[in-house]
Amino acid sequence: MTETASTSVEVRIPSRLGFEKVAMATAASVAKLRGFSNERIEDLKTAVAEACINAIEHGNKLNEKLSVGVILSASDHELEVKVVDNGAGISKLPSKPDIDRKVHGEEDPRGMGMFLIQALVDEAEWVHDSKGTNSYVRLVIRLDKENE
Amino acid sequence: MQAETKTTIDRISGTNGSPIAVLRFTGDISSASKESVIGAWQTVNKGGPVLLDFSKVDYINSSGIALIIQMLIEADKTGQKVAAFGLTPHFQKVFAMVGISKYAGLYQDEKTAASSL
Repeated sequence: MTETASTSVEVRIPSRLGFEKVAMATAASVAKLRGFSNERIEDLKTAVAEACINAIEHGNKLNEKLSVGVILSASDHELEVKVVDNGAGISKLPSKPDIDRKVHGEEDPRGMGMFLIQALVDEAEWVHDSKGTNSYVRLVIRLDKENE
Repeated sequence: MQAETKTTIDRISGTNGSPIAVLRFTGDISSASKESVIGAWQTVNKGGPVLLDFSKVDYINSSGIALIIQMLIEADKTGQKVAAFGLTPHFQKVFAMVGISKYAGLYQDEKTAASSL
């Protein structure tokens, strides 16, 4: 396969629910241009949407004066996405959701976002600065084996 | 920015002639969909089986999944059977990942879904 130069695309969205779809569509376009399969693009779309929703709701606390940065860096074999907000980040990953506990009212029916991110991408890490005023989630998704 | 969710309610007959309520969703299912989705569920929350039609849904996020789980919580309380159809392969995978498929069968089409109830 001919090596192509890496590509970087940056989008800033307002901290308003619904605008995660702008980031989702941008990520999907970049992945499509880079030859990712439809299945991987769908995985990416959901992961990026959930990361943006977390940044909007929990990081920036729905403050529309703050924006969420979405930085996409694509190489031949993978796409890295950083979703940056002004929050303190998370200190501990939540436990895996339990559908039985949710259906029986023993666990909040919400709280699937981070689980979906981890399940759908190849790498996911949550990073925060020491001042607690800036954090990001870094996602990496790789081309599936069929397309390599 | 969030697309409106429209929910219509149909009544069909199952294979044995028993009535089945069908909730047909259109648009996005997200945090903005609560009134439409839960409101529709409350009108069919009478003990009969329910089909969920996602064939005209473009986008479902984790808040939308939470609304679907809320319907399953209510169905579990009343003993109602629930099945879903019309999901894209991606959302079939997502529903299986989060465990929804344990409480609501996922089918390709309405006829197959109805025959499961």
